[in-house]
Amino acid sequence: MYKDARELIKLCNEQNKRIWEVALDNEVKLTGMTRERVMQHFSNRLEIMFNSALKALHTKQATKGGLIDGVANCQYEYSNKETITGNYINYVMALAYSCSEVNASMGKICASPTAGSCGIVPAVLLGVMESKHISREKTLEALITASAVGAIYTKNATVAGADGGCQAECGVAASMAAAAAAYMMGATDERCLDAAGFAMINVMGLVCDPVAGLVALPCAQRNASGAVNALISADMALAGQVAHIPFDQVVDSMFKVGKMLPPQLRETAMGGIATTPAGQAIYKEIFG
Amino acid sequence: MNISLLDVVGPVMIGPSSSHTAGAAKLAKTARLIYSKPFTKVRFGLGGSFASTYRGHFTDYALVAGALGMSEDDEKLGQSFEIAEEQGVTFEFYPTEIPSVYENTARITFYSEEGEFFVEGASLGGGRILVTNINGLACEINATCPTVIVQQQDVKGVVSDVSTILAFHNINIGIMKVSRTSRGDKAFCVIECDDIVPENVIEELKQVNNVISVVVVNIQGE
Repeated sequence: MYKDARELIKLCNEQNKRIWEVALDNEVKLTGMTRERVMQHFSNRLEIMFNSALKALHTKQATKGGLIDGVANCQYEYSNKETITGNYINYVMALAYSCSEVNASMGKICASPTAGSCGIVPAVLLGVMESKHISREKTLEALITASAVGAIYTKNATVAGADGGCQAECGVAASMAAAAAAYMMGATDERCLDAAGFAMINVMGLVCDPVAGLVALPCAQRNASGAVNALISADMALAGQVAHIPFDQVVDSMFKVGKMLPPQLRETAMGGIATTPAGQAIYKEIFG
Repeated sequence: MNISLLDVVGPVMIGPSSSHTAGAAKLAKTARLIYSKPFTKVRFGLGGSFASTYRGHFTDYALVAGALGMSEDDEKLGQSFEIAEEQGVTFEFYPTEIPSVYENTARITFYSEEGEFFVEGASLGGGRILVTNINGLACEINATCPTVIVQQQDVKGVVSDVSTILAFHNINIGIMKVSRTSRGDKAFCVIECDDIVPENVIEELKQVNNVISVVVVNIQGE
């Protein structure tokens, strides 16, 4: 058993296993399911994630309030043109946008870790898998690695925007995805956790301020930027940047920062861009 | 690690919110399974944040979908109003106050020729739910495993007969809670099992002396 990243890495070293293997062993013990059945669940989830990441690329979805209709297609079309950050980054953003658009239009998604942040892990997994020609099997292992990172936040901090702000949702999702991306590129377990730490540090303190209380604006934009955050954080770790702050301490500080955030900035739509004149006008237009 | 990875990456659901959409659907579906009878009308009393934000999160569609028996990952969830109309079920929503420590609460009342029946509960976040009251009897049901709800006369031996039948059918009991309104009056037990409880076992449980009703909530946890 492990309760944090330090103990997880210790088990990996003792048993000569990767993070996903130790986490999978634990899941089998915890749920009483067979290994095959757990893998089947992950495989189904990966499928649903990819479907939601692709669904809105070509077809605009009708979302509640209409705030993010067509955001995925807009970024996808642009990703084929001359861009600043390159076609790949823009494509990954489009994938994340797609999940958010599907989520806001009552489509099927897989929460990871939440519905509001459901675009980041799928966009990164699919983006890296396609561009680096990674096998589906290894991508599944990366998804389990991401889940193991998410479980540490769930246990020792929070993944609810109402408790910790957006850093607890899109921040955690980016942290999970960064570990997954690093794993797919051959990083060691320690480096995977460094990547996860960088991603959280990059957005620590991010507030949750949904316009009109809808899971749309700025959620969709933060899914897109969160996916990019995950990719650059993985690259930082792969480059060999020294993390300095152990991952567990990053998790702990995120939790403390979340508690310091006033309630207005924790999903209540009473602060941030939700209460800008434009944000309030949108609320009025939708709900009267 | 006592957190399931499948709870971190999951649930698979219809958006946009795990607490306001998926949790609402699951709560209403569980309520329907507990009622387990045909109905022509259902009313949803919404408390806490459900009352103030339900429209933005499709909580209303999700509740109706659940009451019709749909799951939180059913892609027809968004058409639940039309489906209810097709099935001749009317529905309405009203704000209410439900004493609870939880933020998102609902009282779901089913109406049929036989009268009315309500189930109260909360959405806890991440798609998890808790049923807190069944028609006046306080309880705690999270529907993460097959759950048998037996209502009985408060006399000796009923609980023992019920558990014997489950054991005979090789169904292991995880948690069992017995409660009653007052001594010698009506009592009920909530039995959380490790395995799906088949229909024939339910029928057998109904035959036990002094048992008034038996329903099973066979929502399989992952």
